[in-house]
Amino acid sequence: MLIKTRRYPEPQPSEITDREVYLHRRRFLQGLAASGVAAGLAAPVSLRAGSRSPDVTESKLSSEDKLTPKDDVTSYCNFYEFGTGKDDPARNAHTLTTKPWSVTVDGEVEKPGTYDLEDILKPHTPEERIYRLRCVEGWSMVIPWLGVPLGDLIKRFKPTSRAKYVAFETLYRPSEMPGQTRAILDWPYVEGLRMDEAMNPLTLMAVGLYGEALPNQNGAPLRLVVPWKYGFKSIKSIVKIHLTEKEPPTSWNIAAPNEYGFYANVNPNVDHPRWSQAKERRIGETGLLFFTERRKTEMFNGYGEQVADMYRGMDLSKYF
Amino acid sequence: MRWLLVFTAGLSPFLYLIWLGFSDGLGANPVEAITHYTGDWTLRFLLLVLAITPARWILGWVEPMRYRRMIGLYAFFYATLHLMTYVVLDLNFDWPELGEDILKRPYMTVGFTAWLLLVPLAVTSTRKMMRRLGKRWGKLHRLVYLIAILGVLHFLWLVKADLREPLIYAGILAFLLGYRVWRSWSGKQAKVPARPGAAVRKAG
Repeated sequence: MLIKTRRYPEPQPSEITDREVYLHRRRFLQGLAASGVAAGLAAPVSLRAGSRSPDVTESKLSSEDKLTPKDDVTSYCNFYEFGTGKDDPARNAHTLTTKPWSVTVDGEVEKPGTYDLEDILKPHTPEERIYRLRCVEGWSMVIPWLGVPLGDLIKRFKPTSRAKYVAFETLYRPSEMPGQTRAILDWPYVEGLRMDEAMNPLTLMAVGLYGEALPNQNGAPLRLVVPWKYGFKSIKSIVKIHLTEKEPPTSWNIAAPNEYGFYANVNPNVDHPRWSQAKERRIGETGLLFFTERRKTEMFNGYGEQVADMYRGMDLSKYF
Repeated sequence: MRWLLVFTAGLSPFLYLIWLGFSDGLGANPVEAITHYTGDWTLRFLLLVLAITPARWILGWVEPMRYRRMIGLYAFFYATLHLMTYVVLDLNFDWPELGEDILKRPYMTVGFTAWLLLVPLAVTSTRKMMRRLGKRWGKLHRLVYLIAILGVLHFLWLVKADLREPLIYAGILAFLLGYRVWRSWSGKQAKVPARPGAAVRKAG
């Protein structure tokens, strides 16, 4: 073959979080503390020698993959509330007001109510989690999120024994979300997880990325991150968390039930009806003349060790 | 002179793409950007070439008829770039996967068929071939109707949820083809103004 693929270098530990990144992160956390947004969020800052990010709890669950450049993470987004083009959210999302922000927690919980976002986050310490994100369209990224395990958050509202699923809802505000003026999806966007999926240590409620508050186009101020599922499960700009006994409806499943299931686990063996899911293009890995080999997609996006048990005995081609 | 103008205009989307490529202007997913860009321009040139005859009927514009073959060749040029982007940049010459895609995925089947059908049209676009084929040339080149339909279908079929853009192409195509059908039914062929050059008698 004439053209040679440029192999991507193996990531060095020093490459994973550079100085600038954690300085940004520190600024973000100081900002949070100063503005009174979740005073508790930044409180237990520990400076551990050798830690990759001195002011945030480090996680063993983080990926060792090379990070996707921040510019790519914040400019190439699917957030149909701001338009269906990949660059639409970055262009349009500045209109979104994220302060004040309240979240309603209701359904099968002992402590239902509508809470200010600051109050929801206050008792928690944010963690940095570097996760792979695999979009159902066949591309992927590696993103350093900042967030709180969803399980820790949910426990505070004391789920009842009837809570079998968690349903999430995105803000519906067409005046600030121009995409919602067209009926592309059945607004507001809704998503859901089974209770064990929600309580899995990997599942994160993110408030930031690259050490800063979430940019609007990435789902500010509060979004879900479920790294072993296709990206559309990781619902953005959440205003409602509803615990329920029945499997909740989910937006893409409503739009195209034969193409998008409730589970939407990353699975290279189950094709999308219109395209293959066997490989993915890692964003930011562009070689000479855009010539880069795609990677093989891994079962559960490589998180099988943490999540495969939850689906034991299930026919994953049926529950796709 | 005019010829050079049309030629340059047709090439300019390609030159702009090259410029975007060298100036880091293709965004986070350049392969996807190039694929969409070349696909869009293929459809635009297909619609443009199909608009030339109705423009003559409705507006009396005869001049564009001179450039019809060039515009058609540009549709083939962008279609080929589109396919090459997929085969080279996206699949890295993974022929088995290309075969599987074409056989298993309807939008790929349709798109690839459209490209294949363009090949004989491109090959027979020389003056010599036109002369040699005579009346059959016009018949053969009516394949472009089918090609345009397949091209728009290819686009419609791959979109996730927002059908607006492919529907705009579908709407324009429906008008351009529908107008031909309506015209032939209402028997208006007689009033066709003479076209410049005398290569083909019957315009598609």
